[in-house]
Amino acid sequence: MSTTAKAMRQSFGLRAASGTFLAFWCLIAAFPIFWITVMSFKSPVDAFAANPLDVIMGPNTRAGGNGLSVLDIALGLLVLFFALRWAFTRLPGMVNTLTPKGLIVVGWLIGAAAYALVFLLVFFGVLPVVLSALNGVAGPLGTPVLGLTTEHYISVWVENEFFRNFGNSMLVTAGVVTISLTVGTLAGYGLARSGSDLAFWLLILALVFRALPHSVLVAGYLPWFINSAEILRPIFGDISPTLYGQPWAVIAVLVAINQPFTIWMLRSFFQNIPSELDEAARVDGCSHFQAFRRVIMPVMWPGVITTGLFSFLLGYNDFLVTSLLLDAQNQTMVPAIAGYFNRETTTTDQVEAVAAAVSITAPLFLLVMVFQRQIVSGLTAGAVKG
Amino acid sequence: MKFKTFAAFVGPSVLMMILFIALPLVSVFIQSFQVTQPIMQNVEVETCTPGFITQTCVIENKTVPVIGDDGKIITTTEWTGLESYRNVLQMDKVRAAIGAGTPRDILQIDFWKALRFTLMFTLVTLPLVIGVGLLIALTVNNAARALRGPVIFISLLPFIITPVIGSLAIYWLFVGDGILTAMMERWTGTNISMFAQAWTIELLMYFYRVWHVAPFAFVIFYAGLQSVNMDTLESAVIDGANRFQRLRHVIIPHLMPLIVFIALIHLMDCYRVFEEIVGFRSQAHVISLQWLTYDLLTPDDAGNRAISRASASAMLTMIGIVFLLIWPLRRTWLDHKGGSH
Repeated sequence: MSTTAKAMRQSFGLRAASGTFLAFWCLIAAFPIFWITVMSFKSPVDAFAANPLDVIMGPNTRAGGNGLSVLDIALGLLVLFFALRWAFTRLPGMVNTLTPKGLIVVGWLIGAAAYALVFLLVFFGVLPVVLSALNGVAGPLGTPVLGLTTEHYISVWVENEFFRNFGNSMLVTAGVVTISLTVGTLAGYGLARSGSDLAFWLLILALVFRALPHSVLVAGYLPWFINSAEILRPIFGDISPTLYGQPWAVIAVLVAINQPFTIWMLRSFFQNIPSELDEAARVDGCSHFQAFRRVIMPVMWPGVITTGLFSFLLGYNDFLVTSLLLDAQNQTMVPAIAGYFNRETTTTDQVEAVAAAVSITAPLFLLVMVFQRQIVSGLTAGAVKG
Repeated sequence: MKFKTFAAFVGPSVLMMILFIALPLVSVFIQSFQVTQPIMQNVEVETCTPGFITQTCVIENKTVPVIGDDGKIITTTEWTGLESYRNVLQMDKVRAAIGAGTPRDILQIDFWKALRFTLMFTLVTLPLVIGVGLLIALTVNNAARALRGPVIFISLLPFIITPVIGSLAIYWLFVGDGILTAMMERWTGTNISMFAQAWTIELLMYFYRVWHVAPFAFVIFYAGLQSVNMDTLESAVIDGANRFQRLRHVIIPHLMPLIVFIALIHLMDCYRVFEEIVGFRSQAHVISLQWLTYDLLTPDDAGNRAISRASASAMLTMIGIVFLLIWPLRRTWLDHKGGSH
């Protein structure tokens, strides 16, 4: 044993090379995201400065009167640290005690929203007021050292009404997640428990559908969606809607596109739940649906949450379908950023586009922070079983 | 499970897929043989401008669309056979290029340009993604336990980011006055513009795709590495296998099913390459098959969408999918017939 352990031990050179590569990879993985975040807080001259140090320190931004003092940074980090600690230590307990049983998901949603609201109020409402008072009396500690401005975020969110796009994104994403999970859970359960040839063929068909480029499907929808009011008139009369530009039509489309992936994933989760469970319930006189409702539903949540995360990503990240099937009034965030391309003539426009891009990324960042474990298990669930 | 219960469980999902995937496919197939155009008519229009003494009047022949009773433009739909396909493929130009002995001219035609890039993109990134993913997995497996969580967190960021935003992030680093271009210019002393020629854009696209997908490969390989049989590994050591031989003969064969899985997913996703074109704004230099269909579907300056040509291009894209899936589907079918479950 000791000889093998010795043989398994790695030479110093190998360990160093492995560590260096890992550090290098982390740098590459994080750098673009980190850099656009830094850029979005600087004045245009600083954001596209040739010297990296200028971009980070932002001398022009500071000269414009926007900057953070040492005191600001220290206090800000302190508040951030305690806010994060509180979120991970106290918040779960509070949510658990305050919400009635069975509504835990709703409780978490409300809890997270309330937390975000309080955090934004404290961090951007209370803290600046307190700090500006403190900076006045702190002397050298109170003079700005790091240029930082939120003007691009303000112009993106307030003047360009990016919050409308945010609302549309949330609507589409929430719709996609709920409907595709409801429909997909039932189908995944049915497929996992059937084992017939028909189930096999359905799964194969889903695999083929999974490979289809989305533009192929959109080419099929467009003529029908644009003319749907006239096509549906004989059936529904004057209330027949034009599907083009309707968020709920896009939700339906994205749910369908997402179905193949969802049913494959949920099927593999349901196969892991021993079928003795529902058989026992059936022996006790439950129908299949009752068995599903009373026995399977309580234990299926980990798999459903993981699949939901990937549905969320699909709905949130989509560019192709939403940009072709929605019009400018109810555009979601990702295609809306394309609007900046057309008028991205000045560097100010460019930095505003950067700020919009960072705004889109921020929720995803939080998502990985909270659900890292579920995302990893979801990625591996489909693969490791083959 | 009885068929009736099975149908009840699966029904809603199947209905969605039929309604929004299968039927649109049929519709695209039919559209690709049709052309819908507004009916045009020639009208004599007399336009008069006030002039000195008499008006100056000009009579012109204009082609205008016929307006129906409801105030909308009347359109006709005609069967045109393979014309849309001909418009997309432009075989006459291809033949002319081959006849003139300049096959490179074929790549001037949108469809062939897009096909060349899509295939090349798929083939170049596939080994890179698997290689980089495996390398990250091996090094993370080698790292101290406390480091693994944060490394996985950082690695997931490029994977989770919105593809358009991710490619934009890379774009802003390399754009004319971006930080990395400035750095390269300082090193080389020459003026560099990464987005002015096709090959640099393509390099950045390969880089972006590997950056975006390698984390996915990494997470899966990392999970696979946890279940490597330690006994086999130890006996390999006793047999005198060095580190590389152990990797080659024990670890890689163990990970083989995962490599196949990642390759399959990657082929499907790469074939749909699209967001990079949008993020890098590279349509003047580099386009992909899916982007071609997308471009035909977006309204042009006159507000018309080239639906029939888009359908033809979509159907041609589908042919590639069939080639892509023949092998894995055959394998799954053989497994199923072999009664593996």
